Amino acid sequence: MRNPQLNARGELRHLLTIEGLPREVLVHILDTAKSFLGVTEREVKKVPLLRGKSVFNLFFEPSTRTRTTFEIAAKRLSADVVNLAISTSSQTKGETLLDTVDNLAAMHADMFVVRHASSGAPFLIARHMKPHVHVVNAGDGRHAHPTQGLLDAYTIRHYKRDFGRLSVAIVGDILHSRVARSLIHALTTLGTPDVRVIGPQTLLPAGVEKLGVSVHHDMAKGLRDADVVVMLRLQSERMRGPLLPSAAEYFKSYGLTPEKLAFAKPDAIVMHPGPMNRGVEIDSAVADGEQAVILPQVTFGIAVRMAVMSILAGTSA
Amino acid sequence: MSAIELPDAEGLLAELVRKLRPQISRDTGIIGIYTGGVWIAERLHRELGIEQPMGSIDISFYRDDYAKAGLHPQVKPSNIPFDVSGRHVLVVDDVLFTGRTVRGAMNEIFDYGRPASISLVVLVDRGGRELPICAQYVGASVTVPESAMLALSRSDGGVLTLQLEKNA
Repeated sequence: MRNPQLNARGELRHLLTIEGLPREVLVHILDTAKSFLGVTEREVKKVPLLRGKSVFNLFFEPSTRTRTTFEIAAKRLSADVVNLAISTSSQTKGETLLDTVDNLAAMHADMFVVRHASSGAPFLIARHMKPHVHVVNAGDGRHAHPTQGLLDAYTIRHYKRDFGRLSVAIVGDILHSRVARSLIHALTTLGTPDVRVIGPQTLLPAGVEKLGVSVHHDMAKGLRDADVVVMLRLQSERMRGPLLPSAAEYFKSYGLTPEKLAFAKPDAIVMHPGPMNRGVEIDSAVADGEQAVILPQVTFGIAVRMAVMSILAGTSA
Repeated sequence: MSAIELPDAEGLLAELVRKLRPQISRDTGIIGIYTGGVWIAERLHRELGIEQPMGSIDISFYRDDYAKAGLHPQVKPSNIPFDVSGRHVLVVDDVLFTGRTVRGAMNEIFDYGRPASISLVVLVDRGGRELPICAQYVGASVTVPESAMLALSRSDGGVLTLQLEKNA
């Protein structure tokens, strides 16, 4: 069966998950993003590619950063952008997901950027849409957050060049993290030989090794000689839940302090998808330190989303 | 496809250098269009001793056939390292055909600033214009079949050659 994200010529029509995408598609996105990065440094930070197209940001789950960066990316491509926070509108009146998107498609949407608490919701929308409408998954449940995975991959490539010789450690709540899953798929597809996940047993999904990663429960071992350290956000509901003793205790074991970071290579970079919990998963001395590339990640994220949207909108059914 | 006699690219380049030399001032900027135009601009930049660093642009984000053909598979980063505002800009391409690439290039340059003037420099003009665009500095005009693709290639030693390829 053909990957539902690709057309018959193997070109990207929707971006729903990184899993199963060929390496060339990922490299094409990263290369295109590099060209868009220059656009954002010019006097006029816009290109006319998506002029006359309408992009609907469809957020069924709250988000500030991701929604804003998608909005900026679409506007820099000259698209018209409509932002919808659905949790506060039709869904509360009982309208189904597909009825909602049908109504929006009738308003001549060309692209939907979808965030939804249910895994698979963007797939459902993509399958349901007419062929000229494109769908970008901006995070679905615990499943995938492909543009975050791509911007993380872009950041790593920017600082470390060649995936073929890197050790990347991903630390924290892997179980609930769509960011971790998307990054793991991106890294393995791009040929990263050593991807590690580090966290307490209760926050690692069963069988995570099958994704091609090694599993560690101890920071000293897991971070040893890593080139890249990716810290994940510990969501506050987990801190109160049964999976962890307390935020303070989590910080003691898994919070990234300068002392723990010293286990990694001296030139290791530290990433975080944001928003950060200082003093829970990351110490301020690290977050604001020289090895952190957390703010460049945000800048790169706009260029990566411009690349994704311009590739999708130019792909025919 | 060797029946048509193509001019020698190196000879045309020397001709362009000769024509351009009296026009160069401190306010001249030069921008090549990927890929062939960048090769020619590099040579012109060096041989004419242009003070401003050279710019190079990929017009993929400004193409008028995006809706039909999608995004070009290999977009190179554009880079104009001088301030175009108030400068006399030479835009360089290898082959002038429909004029659509030049239109895209002008649109892109204006997103960097407002130049005092833009002149077009091409190695060859093969006719077939679809827009009201003409070049101010032309190496040579050539006649080739409409279906053929005229392209510039560069050897490892940096020697430029014009080649005729059957269009895919």
